[in-house]
Amino acid sequence: MRVYAWRHMAEMITVHNPMGYPPKVTGKSLAPRLESLDGKTIYLIDCRFDDSDIFLKQVQAWFGDHMPSVNTVFKQISNVYHHDDPDTWAEVKAHGDGAIVGVGH
Amino acid sequence: MTIDVTYQVPTVAVHTHIFHTVSQAVARANGTPRMRQAYVPQPVQGKTPEQLRAYIDGLNPITKRPFMQEVVEGLTGALDDQDVHGLSFDRSTPRLCEPDAEERLQQLFLEQNWTDKLPVVLPTEARVAAMLKGTSRKPAEVVGRMRPTAFREVWEYTVEKVAVNAVMAGARPEFLPVILALAASNVSARGSTSSSGAVMAVVNGPVRQEIGMNCGIGAMGPYNLANATIGRAYGLLSQNGQGGSVPGYTYMGSQGNAYSFNNVCCAENEEASPWEPFHVGKGFAASDSVVSVFSGMQTTSYTLGLRHTHWREHIRNMLRGMDPNSSPLLVLDPLTARQFVEIAGLETRQAVRDWIAANAQMPAGEYWDYQLVQNYRLPRATFGEEPWASWLKVPEDELISFVRPQDVNIVVVGGEANAYWRIMGASHAKSVCVNDWR
Repeated sequence: MRVYAWRHMAEMITVHNPMGYPPKVTGKSLAPRLESLDGKTIYLIDCRFDDSDIFLKQVQAWFGDHMPSVNTVFKQISNVYHHDDPDTWAEVKAHGDGAIVGVGH
Repeated sequence: MTIDVTYQVPTVAVHTHIFHTVSQAVARANGTPRMRQAYVPQPVQGKTPEQLRAYIDGLNPITKRPFMQEVVEGLTGALDDQDVHGLSFDRSTPRLCEPDAEERLQQLFLEQNWTDKLPVVLPTEARVAAMLKGTSRKPAEVVGRMRPTAFREVWEYTVEKVAVNAVMAGARPEFLPVILALAASNVSARGSTSSSGAVMAVVNGPVRQEIGMNCGIGAMGPYNLANATIGRAYGLLSQNGQGGSVPGYTYMGSQGNAYSFNNVCCAENEEASPWEPFHVGKGFAASDSVVSVFSGMQTTSYTLGLRHTHWREHIRNMLRGMDPNSSPLLVLDPLTARQFVEIAGLETRQAVRDWIAANAQMPAGEYWDYQLVQNYRLPRATFGEEPWASWLKVPEDELISFVRPQDVNIVVVGGEANAYWRIMGASHAKSVCVNDWR
């Protein structure tokens, strides 16, 4: 009752919401997954940011040690990371079965 | 996301754990909340191959599960219904907030991260209507679009939304055309870069006097209503117009930047400058009123004047103090600008640019070892873009000029109390005509 009385006494004002307008979000489908990685070609895509190449080459070494049946391809993107790179994506689509992209940071 | 969704190649994205929240939010905002992502400890940068192998052999710091097991799982296994259909949702922004008392509304704005953590002028309908009298443009007209980074979704905002944020900043209606021009630049003053880069807004032309901007003593400090509130409005409309600027979510500047409080908004001292106004060099008439935005601002080196004997070495020292990935923005008191002419003999802006470019030098091996150069120049060099492609081929100890003349900008600001000047690392992003928004 006391809270209600306080709110009733304070002047109620209406203000604008300052936020902009977002785009509508539309759901998208992920690609079907592989049954296994054996014999598959996995692209290790270097986003060329903050020593990502060194990290992904260690991922490549891990596959060599633990999953030698997996063919890994180390691939650097064609430009700075915030540019789209359709040529690289098309190559991955044409010649790869999966991709590991790194490192976002 | 592009490779997985558009090209339909199963993909796992690897991030460092600090970016867990923001990477999950980006996936969700793109309709793929189940995007396969795996995390390693921060940092990757600067670690040895052995240390990185230990990350790979170790646990995902977020899930505490073996990292490579999660990578393999991310590439294999059946998809479920949400993987196949993703997530769709409408996100509409209400025009008005629920009515409430002033004190509670101030708290609401603070909790919703709609402010710069300072009290705001609440944007009542009457105040916004009064602000809108500052322009002839229609309230529902879309002014521009912004996002915190290139990987986030783009939000848009109207004239009315810009006016709302202008009210919040304490601006006057006569300032609105400049604020609208800044909004129309589509350059966010709240960019989410881990570098914490800020922006600087410089105004040229008659509007400076019309609205009482300061280009003299204290111009870049908290001493003028127009400078202060236009700059503040630019920050608020950026963070709110683009969908937010929340640390860890839509803002990842590792240290933050004090320039962001009012975005170093000032007017150029055209009358005391020995050169044509800055905006004339960008193709505008001197009689045009224009606001220019410089982005990526982090570093600042400064000194007092030019000395007759060693001015060359002093400037070279200042340039070597910058990260070479930055572009030099010279911010000169009018006294210093005239010294560039009288002592250095650089009679035009172009002459200054050419001299700076010729004297910003370092050994090639040292240049290529800067992390930001590795991130932003090396990719362009390896694919043949000049001048960087040629710089890759020179011996490590050969000097290269790491600044191009077209990357050097000069603004004249200050009240001639002394010839202090500075070089800030910032690039010219956009110049927008204020007249279009009157």
